[in-house]
Amino acid sequence: MARVIVITSGKGGVGKTTTAAAFAAGLAREGNKTVVIDFDVGLRNLDLIMGCERRVVFDFIDVINGAARLNQALIRDKRVDGLYVLPTSQTRDKDALKMEGVEQVIGELRRDFDYIVCDSPAGIEHGAQAAMYLADEAVVVTNPEVSSVRDSDRMIGILTSKSRRAERNEEPIKQHVLITRYDLDRVSRGEMLKVEDILEMLALPLLGVIPESRSVLQASNTGTPVILDDASSAGLAYRDAVGRFLGEQLEYRIVGDQPKGLLDGLFNRLWRRSA
Amino acid sequence: MSILHRAFGARGAARLLGLFRSPSAAAVDSAKTAKERLQVVLALERNAGSGPSFLPQLQEELLQVIKKYVDIDNENVSIELERGPEASMLDINIELPTSPLPSRRLPVLQSAH
Repeated sequence: MARVIVITSGKGGVGKTTTAAAFAAGLAREGNKTVVIDFDVGLRNLDLIMGCERRVVFDFIDVINGAARLNQALIRDKRVDGLYVLPTSQTRDKDALKMEGVEQVIGELRRDFDYIVCDSPAGIEHGAQAAMYLADEAVVVTNPEVSSVRDSDRMIGILTSKSRRAERNEEPIKQHVLITRYDLDRVSRGEMLKVEDILEMLALPLLGVIPESRSVLQASNTGTPVILDDASSAGLAYRDAVGRFLGEQLEYRIVGDQPKGLLDGLFNRLWRRSA
Repeated sequence: MSILHRAFGARGAARLLGLFRSPSAAAVDSAKTAKERLQVVLALERNAGSGPSFLPQLQEELLQVIKKYVDIDNENVSIELERGPEASMLDINIELPTSPLPSRRLPVLQSAH
């Protein structure tokens, strides 16, 4: 039975696309046939994060308009078996994402895939609503930061009321919170909201905590989902999050980036003390 | 270098040298990759109109031509594009029917005449 997962947040720049790419790659690595879809029409970026930007021929909108068939628009990932990307279009036409078309494409994908990961655009406009409308589960990506937590709370409300499941009075979308860009150092110094504070306010089960990590930028530079970087603390945290999503009982371990060498660590500590 | 290699082995020496390397060396490499990737994508996207918008029509016309000779449908055609900084490669794959070719090909060829 295929599951549709929306990666959403309301606020921009919190790590939705990074999370969508990591999640899709993680699910596929566990043997699930997975497709990740970019819903950010006009501001395509999932292709860059997945490293397939030079292979885009047809896109989601072409399929909706009947200009291409679905299997022509799907880009097969060269690193992970069973992982596919459905890029979006760079068109400026706001109405390109027709809801009947989206339903038809997702319906067709449901027949062939185990997981359909929808990368939502920021905001609460049409694109974001199209991305969540058909979802079975939602990952609400939140930064430990006031505006992000507030936007997440707003998004949780919309997920609860404006989905097809809600309209049909079916079991509601199963929602999870994923905290990203978490800096343990700043939390311990009282400069950043704690995991417990965020969970207390959002009242959703925690899927994982992704530490602030240099490897996330490096992964996006090279177009590699960060979960494929075995040396990355963020990659490890994403692997745990995917494991929990698939039902594994995993302890929450929040580990930041390890200093490069003994000397680096020492310098960092001295620097911080003097600063 | 060779003394290091002898003393610590190849991997050990590399690790030791890594300690003295600027810590951002790997990040610098990936930033270079990022710039190159962006240059290709931006150059293509600023050239709106020269994009692959002709591809659906190209595919349709190719299909029409091939159908004159071989019995295929849309499901057997895949078009892939790999863009490079200087040139792009268009890769068109047409899957032919699996039935023995000679017996199949003749009647189709005849009907095309």
